[in-house]
Amino acid sequence: MARIDLEDVGHRYAGATDSWALRPLTMTWNDGGAYALLGPSGCGKTTLLNIISGLITPTRGKVSFDGRDVTALAPEARNIAQVFQFPVVYDTMTVFDNLAFPLRNRGWDATRLRRRVEEVADILELRADLARRARALSADQKQKISLGRGLVRPDVAAVLFDEPLTVIDPHLKWLLRRKLKQIHQQLQLSLLYVTHDQTEALTFADQVVVMSEGEIVQVGTPQQLFETPAHRFVGHFIGSPGMNFLACEWSAGAATIGGVRLQTSSAREPPSGAALSIGVRPEYLELAPAPGPNRVPVRVAAIQDQGIHTMVQVEIGASLAWAKLRSPASAARSATTFAHLPPQRCALYADERRVP
Amino acid sequence: MSPAKPVNQRAWWFVLPVLISVAFSALVPLMTIVNYSVQDILGPDQAVFVGMEWYKEILRDPELHGALYRQLLFTAAVLAIEIPLGVALALAMPERGWRASLTLVLLAMPLLIPWNVVGTIWQIFARGDIGLAGYVLTQLGIDYNYSQHPTDAWLTVLVMDVWHWTPLVALLSYAALRAIPEPFYQAARIDGASRWAVFRYIELPKMRGVLTIALLLRLMDSFMIYTEPFVLTGGGPGTATTFLSQYLTQKAVGQFDLGPAAAFSLVYFLIILLLCFVLYTFMKDPQ
Repeated sequence: MARIDLEDVGHRYAGATDSWALRPLTMTWNDGGAYALLGPSGCGKTTLLNIISGLITPTRGKVSFDGRDVTALAPEARNIAQVFQFPVVYDTMTVFDNLAFPLRNRGWDATRLRRRVEEVADILELRADLARRARALSADQKQKISLGRGLVRPDVAAVLFDEPLTVIDPHLKWLLRRKLKQIHQQLQLSLLYVTHDQTEALTFADQVVVMSEGEIVQVGTPQQLFETPAHRFVGHFIGSPGMNFLACEWSAGAATIGGVRLQTSSAREPPSGAALSIGVRPEYLELAPAPGPNRVPVRVAAIQDQGIHTMVQVEIGASLAWAKLRSPASAARSATTFAHLPPQRCALYADERRVP
Repeated sequence: MSPAKPVNQRAWWFVLPVLISVAFSALVPLMTIVNYSVQDILGPDQAVFVGMEWYKEILRDPELHGALYRQLLFTAAVLAIEIPLGVALALAMPERGWRASLTLVLLAMPLLIPWNVVGTIWQIFARGDIGLAGYVLTQLGIDYNYSQHPTDAWLTVLVMDVWHWTPLVALLSYAALRAIPEPFYQAARIDGASRWAVFRYIELPKMRGVLTIALLLRLMDSFMIYTEPFVLTGGGPGTATTFLSQYLTQKAVGQFDLGPAAAFSLVYFLIILLLCFVLYTFMKDPQ
C-alpha cells in the first residue's frame, strides 16, 4: 500500500494536439483510502485510472508511489491491481488458477499461495467453484473472479476498479458494492473506483472525486458534494433531480431576483461581469403562501405526485426550479405563491463556480 | 404449455428447389459411383455385378498403399508446418495502420493465384538452370534437382504448398487475434504475465475456434491435393509425388478402370470424412 501523488499530470491522446483528455492536475491519494472517480462518459476518469496503473504514460507530469517516481514504469513493475469493466478471465484455467495467476507470476510458494487464494475466494463466496473451469461460469461469477484477481495480492499500492459492476445484475450489484466496502475495511487496501453512477460512488467511497471534461471539479465526502457543490456541474450531476440554479443579478451588495434581495451562504462578493446564479437543492427549496424574508414570487408550472413526495416545478424569474416536498400534491397546488430559499442552504455561483 | 404448432405440409414446396439441386449435384453422382463400384462395366449395355470385388482388389493394391502413405506423410507435414507458421506470422504482423494493410495484401497474394499457375510458378522457380531458387541452390553446391531426385521433388511440393496456403492460416489467426479485447492484454500485464503466458492463456484459447477451421480446411485440401503437383512434377519422378487424387485420376481417366476407381473414390471419401471427424471431435470446445 502506498500514498499516490500525481504532480501536474496531464494527458493528450495521439492525434489530439489541441485538447486534453486529462487536463494537468495535482492530486494526492492517501494510503488506505476508498476513492470514487465520478463523472460522465468521456470525462477522463478512465484515462486518469490508466495513468495511475501505468497502462498509459502521461503526456506530462509525474506519478509517484510513496515518493518513488514510477512515471516511466510499466504496469507490471508498479505493483498495482486493476479490475476492468468487462470480466477478464483466463478461460482455460480453473477458478483457483485464475486467482492464483498473479501470485504465481510473482513466485509465491504453493502453501502460502493456496491460503491466500482460499481467503479471497471465501470473501467473494467463490470457494465452492474453485475447481471449476472459468469459462463455464456466468458473467456475474466471471466478474467476481476478476475482482478476486484484483484483490489477491496483499501488497499492492492500490486496487483500481474501472466500472466493475456494469455487467452485474442490479440485485447482485448491491451485494457486491457492500462486499467491496467490507473488503476495504478487512484487507486495508487503497481502492480507486471509477463509475458514472452517483449511487455507486456515494455508497462506496469515503472521498468522491468528481470529474468533468478532463478536469477534477471537486473532491469531497458524499455529504460535501451534496451540501456544497463547488461547481455547477457537481450540483447537476449529484442528486436526483440535480441542484436548481436560479439566474440572479448583483446590486448594492446582494443577490436579487426580480428586485427581491436574497441572502445566501456565500460571504464574498462575486467577481464583476460574471454570470450569476443562486444554487439551491430541490430538497431545500420551500414553498410558502405569503411573502417574507428570502422569499421570491413564483408561478407553479407542473406538479408530479411521486407517492412518498411531491415534485413541484416553479418559475422563478426567468428560471425553472424543482422543489421536492413532503406534503401531498393538493397542498402544494393551493398554497403556492412564494418560494423560500433558506439562506444557509443556498449559495451564489459566479459563472460555473461557487462563491465561497 | 405452448399450443401445438399448426401443420403446414405445403411448406415442403419451399425446400424442394434445394432438395433438387442437392440431388443432382451430390446424391445422384454419388449413387452413380456406388453403382460403378460394385459392377464390372464391360460396355455401354454390359455390366456384371461383382459385389465387393473391386474393394478387395483396390485395398490390396501396393500402388495405393504407396500413395496413401505418401499422402499421410505429406498432410501431416503440411499441418505441422503451416499451422504453427501461420500463427507465428499472425503474431508478428502489425496491428493497425498502413503497415497492417500492406502486410495483409502481400500475404493474401498467393491465395489469389490460380492453382495451376502456382504449379507453373514453382516449376520455373525451382529449375536449376533458369529458376531463381533452383539456380541459387545449385550454385551453393547443393545437388538439387526436383525432376530427378524423389526427395527433392517431395520437398519442393511441400514448400510450394506451405508458400501457397500458410497465408490462409495466418489470415484466419490474425482475424482471431484482432478480435481479442484490449483489457485482456492489460489485465495480463497487471497480473505480471510473461509473453508466453499471454500466448498460452489468452491468445491460443481465443484462437481455438478459427484454428479448428484452419486445421480442417488444410487437412481436407491437402488430402485432396492434385493440381499443383500435377503441374510441377506430374507425380514423379517415379511415384515420389503421386498422391491419392493423382492415383485416382490415373485409374479412372488413364486406365479407364471405372469399377476400381469408383470403389477407391468411396474409400477416399470415407478416409477424409473419418479424419475430419476425429480431428473435429478432438479440437471441439470441451463444452
